[in-house]
Amino acid sequence: MAASFPLNAWYAVAWDHEVRHELLPRTICDKKLVFYRRAADGCAVALDDACWHRLLPLSKGRLNGDDVVCGYHGIAFDSRGRCTFMPSQETINPGACVRAYPVVERHRFVWVWPGDPALADPARVPDLHWNHDPAWAGDGKTIHVKCNYRLVLDNLMDLTHEAFVHGSSIGNHAVAEAPFDTTHGERTATVTRWMHDIEPPPFWRGQLGKPGNVDRWQIIRFEAPATIAIDVGVAPAGTGAPEGDRSQGVNGYVLNTITPETESTCHYHWAFVRNYRRDEQRLTTELRDGVARIFREDELILEAQQKAIEDHPDHVFYNLNIDAGAMWARRLIDRMVAAETQPRLQAAE
Amino acid sequence: MRGTTSWLDATVRATRDLTPSIREIEIVPDGLSPTWLPGSHVEVAVDVDGRADTRCYSLVGEPDGSCFRIAVKREQPSRGGSRYMWSLAPPARLRVTEPRNLFELELGRAEYLLVAGGIGITPILGMALALARRGARVRMLYACRSRGEAAYLPELTTALGDRLAFFDGSRGERIDLGTEMAALAADAQVYLCGPLRLLDACRGLWTASGRRPSELRYETFANSGRHAPEPFWLRLPGRDAEISVPADKTALDALAEAGIEVMADCRRGECGLCMVDVIGLTGEIDHRDVFLSEHQKQANTKLCTCVSRVVGGGATVDTGYRSDAI
Repeated sequence: MAASFPLNAWYAVAWDHEVRHELLPRTICDKKLVFYRRAADGCAVALDDACWHRLLPLSKGRLNGDDVVCGYHGIAFDSRGRCTFMPSQETINPGACVRAYPVVERHRFVWVWPGDPALADPARVPDLHWNHDPAWAGDGKTIHVKCNYRLVLDNLMDLTHEAFVHGSSIGNHAVAEAPFDTTHGERTATVTRWMHDIEPPPFWRGQLGKPGNVDRWQIIRFEAPATIAIDVGVAPAGTGAPEGDRSQGVNGYVLNTITPETESTCHYHWAFVRNYRRDEQRLTTELRDGVARIFREDELILEAQQKAIEDHPDHVFYNLNIDAGAMWARRLIDRMVAAETQPRLQAAE
Repeated sequence: MRGTTSWLDATVRATRDLTPSIREIEIVPDGLSPTWLPGSHVEVAVDVDGRADTRCYSLVGEPDGSCFRIAVKREQPSRGGSRYMWSLAPPARLRVTEPRNLFELELGRAEYLLVAGGIGITPILGMALALARRGARVRMLYACRSRGEAAYLPELTTALGDRLAFFDGSRGERIDLGTEMAALAADAQVYLCGPLRLLDACRGLWTASGRRPSELRYETFANSGRHAPEPFWLRLPGRDAEISVPADKTALDALAEAGIEVMADCRRGECGLCMVDVIGLTGEIDHRDVFLSEHQKQANTKLCTCVSRVVGGGATVDTGYRSDAI
């Protein structure tokens, strides 16, 4: 049975601050890897978390300078996976190495490419530039969710659930009643919803800080295999936001990149950034913690859903009109997976 | 179709022409004693001009444990499913799923009205037999183009007697839905299967009467519309070439064959996922789905490509494709 995720893609491992000059084990796409930052130049690196000799996880060893020293017999490997020390002999076995994986740091995340290293093109890191941009301020966290990563994508591709899961904060009936447009490309799918002249839900009323009805937007942009940037906000009704003028309103981005850990668990990295009151650190912290509470509501739903899926192993979902975006996301991912199982006729594009 | 799908190997045991255009087929699955509840259907693997596809068929009547029983109308023009099924003769082998039921009969209600039009009799027959056997208060309306095209009329007459009203279209007999519905108790349930015109008429009257929508239950075979199928064209913005949709092919399939992807799921006009935006129209859209509301159908800004068609010309449609290429 095909994996639910492609290997030839960049996946976010951790936030920039989580990767330090110490061994961080993390499972990415069913591969046990170990990450650390070199002291020499601050670059993050990734190795298979298994010693060449007897498979002890290297993460149970220690760092010596920028080399990893295995905790069992002291065999050492440099950050490119070449062996630099073997005990009780004067030479080093020429075949001794562990696999190193391409790593790139961008948009405040450390990304790894679990697939064919020859195809690892840094230009293909998913676009989350808002996370590291002077025009936007914000912060985020990582959630470890006990569900297949595609369920998180489904959850984000259709925000109808806001009216029902997050009714006390970001949802109200307007979301579940509003029509939407879905478009798709070769690697992306977008779901756009505009709600005109509606009562804003409590969260957005607070952010806008102005009375009266609003025009509200949600533009969900999926980039295969696992990144979703959601352009959200409100502006006072009739001030021109649907026509392109958002200057009277407030604009945020919910940034999400979901990395498969196994077929039934994932690392869900998210951030909320904004273009208003950017210099208020207090607001950054409050919004981050507020969104964390909202996502906890989703986490409970997703983990219950995963258990139900495991209880019904042959079941294929029924789909509704609201699932169009999620279905496109899954189709684009399936295409990436299918391309990997076919013989490659040429190198990277 | 979705849900848990278990495919079985099976053999065609017998065929029997109930009318010149309706053939009953008995299918014996390997190693399984078939049983089903009224309203159930099976999915059958068919071969349409060398392409593998599936079709759903209602299970007819009540099970006797020896076989699945379906009845297939020879469609003109056929999209290939009925043509394939009519090509089968014993002891042909085929693959069929275990029964699934999206049209369950709720037992123990005070009053029932069953309405069947044409081949729509196939899921309704079993309901009529079950309700008659249980002594339920039931009335049935059965409309066909002619008496000669009415499958299972003798069985229904035996089971229901004067609780069955038959309407022969060739003699101008029509169901008076308004009167029939008005005569029903407030909590009566209606089960309905038939061509789109009958479906739309019933649903319209039911909604207008203020009765609860959940008490009108129906199943759509999604192969009928207001107009006979005819070829039409589709154009896409930014593309010169026209796509021809022949009378025996769906817009969805024609687009797929032209390399244009449209999302789809139920392929029966129920889920709305195959909908495209209509940005230009010559002629009239024959909406054959049950997803769009009457209001949306009249607006003619959307078309469900898995079932709906255009008569008198064609349409320019936007499938939502936006190239990522920079």
